[in-house]
Amino acid sequence: MKRIALLGMPNTGKSTLFNRLTGSSARVANWAGVTVDLASAKILLGGHIAEMVDLPGIYDLHGFSDDEKVVRHLLEGHPIDLLAIVVNATQIERQLPLVLQVRSLGLPAVLLLNMADEAKRNGVEVDCTRLAARLGMPVVLMSAKYGVGQPEAMRVLAQALTEASDIGPARRAQMQEVLSDDVRIEQETAAMMAEAVTMPLQLPEQVSDRIDRLALHPWLGLPLFFLAMLLLFQAVFWIGGPLQQGLTWLFDQLRQLALEPLAAQLPDFLHGLLLDGVYSGFVTVAAFVPLIILFFLFIALVEDSGYLARAAFLTDALMAKLGLDGRSFVMVLMGFGCNVPAVMGTRMMRARPLRLLSMLVIPLSLCSARLQVFLFIVSAIFAPAQAPWVIFGFYLVSFLTMIVTALLFRGRFKSNEPFVVELPPWRVPTLRQVVMRGWLEVRHFLSRATRFIVLGVIAIWLLTNLPLGAVPGGMDTYAGQLGALFAPVLAPIGIDEKLAVALMFGFVAKEVMIGAFAVIYGMSGDALSQEFARSMDWVQAISFMLFTLIYTPCISTIATIKTESKSVAFATLAVLWPLALAWLTSFVFYQGMRQLLS
Amino acid sequence: MRVMKSKNHRLSELIPGQEALISAVHADEALHHRLAALGFRIGNRIQLMRRGRWAGPLHVRLGATDVILRQTEADLISVSPQ
Repeated sequence: MKRIALLGMPNTGKSTLFNRLTGSSARVANWAGVTVDLASAKILLGGHIAEMVDLPGIYDLHGFSDDEKVVRHLLEGHPIDLLAIVVNATQIERQLPLVLQVRSLGLPAVLLLNMADEAKRNGVEVDCTRLAARLGMPVVLMSAKYGVGQPEAMRVLAQALTEASDIGPARRAQMQEVLSDDVRIEQETAAMMAEAVTMPLQLPEQVSDRIDRLALHPWLGLPLFFLAMLLLFQAVFWIGGPLQQGLTWLFDQLRQLALEPLAAQLPDFLHGLLLDGVYSGFVTVAAFVPLIILFFLFIALVEDSGYLARAAFLTDALMAKLGLDGRSFVMVLMGFGCNVPAVMGTRMMRARPLRLLSMLVIPLSLCSARLQVFLFIVSAIFAPAQAPWVIFGFYLVSFLTMIVTALLFRGRFKSNEPFVVELPPWRVPTLRQVVMRGWLEVRHFLSRATRFIVLGVIAIWLLTNLPLGAVPGGMDTYAGQLGALFAPVLAPIGIDEKLAVALMFGFVAKEVMIGAFAVIYGMSGDALSQEFARSMDWVQAISFMLFTLIYTPCISTIATIKTESKSVAFATLAVLWPLALAWLTSFVFYQGMRQLLS
Repeated sequence: MRVMKSKNHRLSELIPGQEALISAVHADEALHHRLAALGFRIGNRIQLMRRGRWAGPLHVRLGATDVILRQTEADLISVSPQ
């Protein structure tokens, strides 16, 4: 099978094109450096199946950061039949040198001038025929986001692929040779620009500039950003809360009307395992799916708009004081969705100490899995009017723990990494992109659900019901014994044996905890919420949530930290430090409040 | 206040709105390549759009590309204001 690789500078729309051509749903955002690893998919081109590889963006072939090395290794070590070079048409002048570098490698290539819509709006005109003749490769003007020029691109790719003959990977020596030729490339760029491209003398004043005057305002910029975030989270809560409750009710009805009668004949043990274990545990988590989709739709809006790069600008000065930079802040924001891609996103940083410090901080961001746990507990314990503010408070605590962590560790992870980041224009996300992102999260949830949640709730049910003859959920069960084991550590922070078991499973994946509540308490829906409110007061609830927020990254995050840092010692630190911080925070809060309120 | 035309200004000394031509880039190899790829090449026109608060980053425009960079990196770039 022939292989096509998508290559180009960061944020030129490679992943958007990849999704468009292959029907995949790779993650995209208006931020330079979303794709940090290879993704590949099959594509039907001119009657043949080919493999298309989406590469991380590279600024040039010199490749100094980890994500750029990924590309270099692929070019040097793997056969590629065709390179599709993706260029932001508006920025053609700046991006042509990369095209010329790549052309010198001698691989068959096609130039895709992307974002044709923006180029047109900016008054940039490209004579594709002339440019193609000059470059010696086909040139297509297109828009991956809106699908304009897609058939033409497919046709050109298919034709180039049939003509391409495998000439093996680019050799290292050849790569070196190409890279020493900067002056010639600069001259050639100038000549091509003069011949085939008309640039306006001055770019017309854009809406983007006007938005920036407000969004990057010296005084208003930062407050506006946080206000926007606050509104987004509130919106998730207001719209998503009722959806979650509705779904919970629906699952309850399904159980009472259909499943109970069906399972009535089953032996007690199996009946319990299936209904109180698997079903209860799973649906309690699943009820949060609409809310999480909604959450990610909003995140996608923020990411695709270009607000992330603005956030980097607004926060860099503050982040510098913490030994981090504006990009770390962007990763923390992505971490509010899920910590795993955020940790991987640090690849764009070259200095190892900065990467490590960022990786230590990111897992403290309140990810969507933890959000589910908090929403569940908060809506059980607090009045509807208070609930959103309590949740917002936890976001603040999340930031505070990051600040404390960075201040404590910045001395150990010192770096002087340059901070030079592209600021893309504001862009309007398409419905297609946003919906695709939502779908991606549903799939992500389903894969986690099958891997962790179902297995988790089965294990918890067994622990809370075995050995046979013990009172389910009682102190004689394995779970009760485990809980008792942790009691000396957890009692001082107000966490009882039942919650201790939930915490143990939260280590695997935080959303398992909600499933665990259902199984441990042996109830679901409203009954579970009421039991929750009965069994603990608000001080205990907050102490438990503080501990849950901080205590340790989930298993996927830990594994990612280990892979990315290539250090077991660092991964251990990334587990132990939050654990210590969590206990201390909960201890100070719980004991302090008990003193105050007594 | 008018800024004098001179060869030896640093990018970090421009005032917001001011335009200049890049006259030299004094960065190590890795940063030099990154800057060049973003459009920081000798002779290119650059405009300082704004500065971040608390000695925050600079927002500059090079042709059709906007870049944010820290004061430290902006000190490495010599410009001649227009």
